[in-house]
Amino acid sequence: MTLLSVRGISKRFGGLQAVSDLSFDVAAGSIKALIGPNGAGKTTIFNLISGFLPPDCGEIVFGGAEIHGMSSCEVAARGMVRTFQHIRLFPKMTVLENIMVGRHIHSRAGFLAGMLNLPFTWGEERRIREKSFEIMELLGIGAHAGTEAISLAYGQQRVVEVGRALACEPKLLLLDEPAAGLNMRETNEMGRLISRIREMGVTVLLVEHDMSLVMKISDEVVVVSYGEKIAEDRPLAIQKNREVIRVYLGDDA
Amino acid sequence: MARRYLPVAAFAGLIVAIQLATFFTGTAYHLTQLTMTAYYSLVTVGLCMLIGYAGQISLGHAGFFAIGGYVTAFLTTCNLKLHPGVLVSVLEKSGLLVARSDAYGGSLLTVHPWPACGVAILLAVVIAYLVGGPVLKLKGHYLAMATLGFGIIVYRMVLGTEFLGSADGISDVPGFPLLSGMLITGNSSARVSNYYLAWGLVILGMVLLLNLIHSRVGRALAAVHGAEDAAGAMGIPTARYKLNTFVLSAVFAALAGVLLTHYNGGIGPSEAGVMKSVRYVAIVAIGGMANLWGALSMSLVLNYLSLRGYFGTYDDAVFGVILILIMLFAPDGLLRRHILSDLKRAVSRNPAEEEAS
Repeated sequence: MTLLSVRGISKRFGGLQAVSDLSFDVAAGSIKALIGPNGAGKTTIFNLISGFLPPDCGEIVFGGAEIHGMSSCEVAARGMVRTFQHIRLFPKMTVLENIMVGRHIHSRAGFLAGMLNLPFTWGEERRIREKSFEIMELLGIGAHAGTEAISLAYGQQRVVEVGRALACEPKLLLLDEPAAGLNMRETNEMGRLISRIREMGVTVLLVEHDMSLVMKISDEVVVVSYGEKIAEDRPLAIQKNREVIRVYLGDDA
Repeated sequence: MARRYLPVAAFAGLIVAIQLATFFTGTAYHLTQLTMTAYYSLVTVGLCMLIGYAGQISLGHAGFFAIGGYVTAFLTTCNLKLHPGVLVSVLEKSGLLVARSDAYGGSLLTVHPWPACGVAILLAVVIAYLVGGPVLKLKGHYLAMATLGFGIIVYRMVLGTEFLGSADGISDVPGFPLLSGMLITGNSSARVSNYYLAWGLVILGMVLLLNLIHSRVGRALAAVHGAEDAAGAMGIPTARYKLNTFVLSAVFAALAGVLLTHYNGGIGPSEAGVMKSVRYVAIVAIGGMANLWGALSMSLVLNYLSLRGYFGTYDDAVFGVILILIMLFAPDGLLRRHILSDLKRAVSRNPAEEEAS
């Protein structure tokens, strides 16, 4: 079953055609990777899918509904949550508080209820807290609950960011270079974590430069170059694809 | 939970202590300025919520204060006997009007302070939504300039409108009757009750805001302040939350404007002036931006000193200087919440740790 379907989307920035007529599907329960040389438009594609940018044309269908033109917050409320290439944790907030923000769409206390400290918010806050602790334990960061999130080591900040996204209980998780800046050991752990997330029933779409990670965990790989799709296949087939080898290594290879 | 309300109790104790001190030293006349300080503090803590917690600046909050004050002043002083008509008789029948006599014994028919207050707050809310909607799309300097523009518009409008008294403002505003028979008025006989009422309102406002910052919405606002795009990606409607906080702070300002106008018995265009807005921002800044207690305590001290005339003719200049000095030397405010943890770190720092990091 297809969870996300991208159909012929394009995006132009002035004279630069960042994405042109790109289409691909993501099957529910799979891990799909989006790869390509620097400047190929991968992050732009993420921004288009997650509602951070509107596509110039084309359709994006998520869970049976058209979502192109929706804001990032509406897209998130429908169950598609993303992380960022450059970690975007909330400063001056602890790890616990960062993850608690992830429970926003699953709770409802508004301005008035908050100001009046209405009784129904007490139970809600307790459930937010419990769920957040559950996620921190799952990711092995429970010991850092009270630490300011941005004071953690880089690799742990990435884990917190993934945890914050998981707290939203997304149907589809978009990971923008989850292994960027991680050492080999941390990268392996991230790979295992992504596989575990899939086992939890969350579909994953990731942009990643680390080829060994991509090849190890992905079910399918989409290769883009200059905003166009040049290949879409299983990892092993992608590794042998002549066009892919050409864009990565040059014509003479 | 207890940690949240403990400072509230301590602050209430301070308010009682101040009143007792003025009672025993025979300086009860200080309570007048302290009561006015309370109403200005209401503006300050609301603005602190907007600046410190939602991360949005406003240099136009004196405008909302003035909207509240002028609307209630106009409605409760405009003699409707001079404008008879269907509307007036309908209003009179529904009990929204009140007959009283002015200082010269002439009979007046005006809007009752309660509906006047309701209209004032409602108008402030509507204007805050209309202004905030487009303006809060701006960031940083641009937002500051746009809100400054709003403040200037309100100032020039009250200054240039004849039925709002132009440069003289509106005087002879009656007291504001409460259910208990109490009156919000500047009469010295009601000094003590008005002092407690005003600070009681500030404390109530503080409890509401403290609850808010410790709620789901408070967390979301902190997220919006810290990383707006990431907050959006978590499903937080960032624009709506910023706008709601803007409106909330405008309501605090407008309510303060209404009540202080009834307390003072009038309002003038200087209340709408840009320097008033700068003053509110300066107090929030010196209090430490994201620090409601800092804003409140600094408001208490500085407004009191200002109203007692300690700054003399340099009154506005003092607040300008404060803003510059704070931005230069202590952008986290004088009452930084981290002072204690900084000290602890400085004391516990040992060379081995230093090397490891």
